[in-house]
Amino acid sequence: MSVLDRWVNRAAEHPPPGPFRAGFWRSPLRGPWFTAMLSVALLPGITLMFLTGLASYAAYNPNLAPGNDTTPDKGLLGSWLPGWPTGPSWLYWVNQGVHVTLGLVLIPVVLAKLWSVLPKLFEWPPARSVTQLVERTSLLLLVGGAVFELVTGVMNIQYYYAWPFGFYQAHYYGAWVFIAAFVVHVSFRLRTMVSALRGRSLRVELRTPASQTTAEEPDPDHLVSSDPAPATISRRGALGMVAAGSLTLFALSVGQTIGGATRSTALLAPRGQNIGPGPTDFQVNKTAAEAGIGPADASWRLDLKGAASTSLSRAQLLALPQHTARLPIACVEGWSTGVQTWTGVRLADLAAMVGATPDTSLFVESLQRGGGFGSATLSAGQVQSSDALLALRVNGADLSIDHGFPARVIVPALPGVHNTKWVTRMTFQPGQG
Amino acid sequence: MTRREGVQLLALLASFVVAGYAGIRLLAGNVIGTGVWFVGSAVVHDLVLFPLYAGIDAALVLLLRWRPEWATVAGVRWLNYLRVPVVISGLLLLVWSPLILRVSNGAYYAASGLSAQPFAPRWLAVTAVLFAISAVILVVRAMQGVKP
Repeated sequence: MSVLDRWVNRAAEHPPPGPFRAGFWRSPLRGPWFTAMLSVALLPGITLMFLTGLASYAAYNPNLAPGNDTTPDKGLLGSWLPGWPTGPSWLYWVNQGVHVTLGLVLIPVVLAKLWSVLPKLFEWPPARSVTQLVERTSLLLLVGGAVFELVTGVMNIQYYYAWPFGFYQAHYYGAWVFIAAFVVHVSFRLRTMVSALRGRSLRVELRTPASQTTAEEPDPDHLVSSDPAPATISRRGALGMVAAGSLTLFALSVGQTIGGATRSTALLAPRGQNIGPGPTDFQVNKTAAEAGIGPADASWRLDLKGAASTSLSRAQLLALPQHTARLPIACVEGWSTGVQTWTGVRLADLAAMVGATPDTSLFVESLQRGGGFGSATLSAGQVQSSDALLALRVNGADLSIDHGFPARVIVPALPGVHNTKWVTRMTFQPGQG
Repeated sequence: MTRREGVQLLALLASFVVAGYAGIRLLAGNVIGTGVWFVGSAVVHDLVLFPLYAGIDAALVLLLRWRPEWATVAGVRWLNYLRVPVVISGLLLLVWSPLILRVSNGAYYAASGLSAQPFAPRWLAVTAVLFAISAVILVVRAMQGVKP
């Protein structure tokens, strides 16, 4: 026996008091089957969270222009992402609705999962071998990453920027740190999960009341209590409580994504409040007051730059062929305006006006002062989309100042903040599409 | 070291390479600030949130074990009819606390033009409904229980 083994064994015989001792953990519910049931929800759920998150990042077209990239030092973590399509028009709406709503729904499942494995945090000795020490370090990234992603996401959708870092950077790189640990964790534990699920009958569990609930068979991971207390709730009841928590979070927030008549059901979600019945009374991402935009200025003109240059007043823009498109605006925060009817000049027509060829991208600048997303670059594909507009009117009325009067961009499937409001200059850039 | 352990160690090291590559970028803006939030959010869960809710629950369970005559109404154990609405209401408060407690009032108004004032009364109303549903089910169960 090596010195190290002897030390490990001696330490194992003398755990510190409290949670480091096996007898401290007495819930008869903890065990591999219970943990595996939560994993059944988390495995596809977290996979979908990562994929929709990655898609959301790609939707900003970060590789098209430096200004579009919220994390310009990403290197291998996204330089390979393809450009974002313009159809179907609900693509970003659904993607972000799933990402945010699913994230909320998974919170009770993650909390329950952490509860179910918490004794492992206090395992004594902390590690019995080098491999185990390395694996436990990886679990630190897994748990830290999961909680960090949920906390930053939940705070961001409520505009609670209490942290000393940028949201995009933290949430994007945090997701990569997490997913690296997640993939390894799943590959190590998948077999355990499957055999744990096979070890007990779901049908029997769903029929077992608290009075007949006893601990699972002792397991090699020591999740099962060595001294279980009598059950005060069944496994059925505990899983039901987690599901009820998820369902409540879902029911009280999904309306902010779907919009329309369902919005008022999103009682606790940030965008569950109706604004009013008027044609421009729908959700605003950044108010004119916040963006430093004063009252409408009659001298406003749009500067257009391409092979040629020109400038147009609002009356001149209204005299050009008008096109109408029914499109939603969907925000990275998961809420949507629902479908609105936008009218304005096609971006492709404006491009042709200044001699820009169909392969040119478009740099759009706003009058907004300060804050993020005062400009955005659109790809050639987005410019040429027949529903991509410089909108002047919405739902039959002039744009309101909060919705970007005198003119704003609206492009199908584009993240909300890239539909630039209060547009002052549009520059077509050949060869970058 | 077994073959299986060796493969596991390799997989772990590969994952650390990816995590390190992302971690450097994660910490780049503010090493200490970001690190504190990353580790801190898990630590706050493990050493504050968990002891808090588990402790309150354990105290209640011990109390009812000490005084079993308090544990039932009309022959029905009421503990879980309290647990479920408390847990769901607490979950809603945990998730939506910035809006309910109005700590992000200013930024919320600047972005949306909306007031965060309705969220606290809405949360209280949802909580009341959850307790009411639970109470109704408890009463129904108690009445079923007294049937011959």
